[in-house]
Amino acid sequence: MSTTATRQEIEQRVFKALEEFGAEPDQISPDAEFEALDVDSLDLVELAQIVEEEYGVQLKGEDMEGVKTVGQAVDLVMSKLP
Amino acid sequence: MTRTPVITGVGAVTPLGVGARTLHERWTAGRSGIEDGFGRASEFEPTDHLSIKEVRRSDRFTQLALAAAQEALEDAGWDGGTPGDPDRTACVIGTGIGGIGTLEGQHIVMRDQGAERISPLSIPLLMANAAAGVVAMKHDLRGQSFGTVSACAAGAHAIGTAARLIAYGDADSVVTGGSEAAITPLATAAFAKMDALSDSGISRPFDRRRDGFVMGEGAGILVLEEEEAAKERGARILGYVRGYASTSDAHHLTAPEPSGRGAAKAIELALKDADVSADDIVYVNAHGTSTPLNDRSETNAIKVALGEERASQVPVSSTKSAIGHLLGAAGAVEAIATLLALRDRIAPPTLNYEEPDDGLDLDYVPNEARPLQNGDARALGISNAFGFGGHNAVLCLEAS
Repeated sequence: MSTTATRQEIEQRVFKALEEFGAEPDQISPDAEFEALDVDSLDLVELAQIVEEEYGVQLKGEDMEGVKTVGQAVDLVMSKLP
Repeated sequence: MTRTPVITGVGAVTPLGVGARTLHERWTAGRSGIEDGFGRASEFEPTDHLSIKEVRRSDRFTQLALAAAQEALEDAGWDGGTPGDPDRTACVIGTGIGGIGTLEGQHIVMRDQGAERISPLSIPLLMANAAAGVVAMKHDLRGQSFGTVSACAAGAHAIGTAARLIAYGDADSVVTGGSEAAITPLATAAFAKMDALSDSGISRPFDRRRDGFVMGEGAGILVLEEEEAAKERGARILGYVRGYASTSDAHHLTAPEPSGRGAAKAIELALKDADVSADDIVYVNAHGTSTPLNDRSETNAIKVALGEERASQVPVSSTKSAIGHLLGAAGAVEAIATLLALRDRIAPPTLNYEEPDDGLDLDYVPNEARPLQNGDARALGISNAFGFGGHNAVLCLEAS
């Protein structure tokens, strides 16, 4: 678990997860919307599990409400880093 | 007005390879898909057929069904989507166990890493109706969709139910079949513990030395359409589901009723449903598991249902001799094998059959395929499927 993760590290980790979820790699960017990437609520639960495991960030369902883009998700993780 | 279900497409992934015709050709040539005591669908590479997302979002049993369905739909000429109204296109896919690989994997996650780490995809992957749901979703089939669950009769129950949906008028076409991927540590150990699995690792139905079934995996999918609608769109008609019947032994949790009473009744009723007699049947695709009990009671059932004389004449062979027991997929894969055998007017062989057993004296087509001697008669056959729980399902198929 890291408490010194940089924004770039987290972003790269999120990108990698989205690619594993089946999103097209060349469409993944901070501005990309999850819906356009065909990433749904079940995927986001898995994403939350990954960031919790790797960065110790606990995300609840309500935290994810209103999060539409990849960049917003990274912002959320950054704001909750222990 | 009679609504007749016709078969316009078939697809299969089996231990003999990817493709329904691959199964038929290799089995007919006497090849076996069993290695080291298991019938694995080892030629199936999920990402050859499915997107990364589809692979991630489906248990292996659903992956197998998706690949078989893709082939069946293309075979039916459905490349451009359902030919009729999607609302009247149904999807019925059976399985014995469903996503047990997912269940076992997630149980290990829970034990080792805790409940917080369980995948949110666990339930949608492991549920027994997943294959039906996912295939319907992928191909926009908006009529009825559900799974049938009757152990090793599930695939046959699915097809029979699908035929009834068309006959009754609930659907104009149905994507149907069965799928199974249960070669997992728990399922294998559990089948072994009940002495159902072959110690020798050899599937030799009806042979005196048979010692249990060999576990297999795979999927078989058929496209059924209402005959007039199929003809109207110029579809190639592979054959017909002429009859279907299902009974219960009401006897024992796992053992078949020794006299074959329930199975015989299912065969008789399927012939009646098809409006044909025992003499019209030119080929029997047996359930033929290679277990001591099934092969004896099934032999009895065939004699009772067809009569001793007809039973002694008609060729009877077991697909399981070449691919093992595909459990909930067996009834569907074997219905496809039956149809393609009837189309080619050939009886594929029961492999590994060498030593006759007392009382098991039908023509099991040992080791080499043989042309059907049906002359100008209709190419009518039956496909048997029986499951733990005492479920018997029999399909009467006719090739065009």
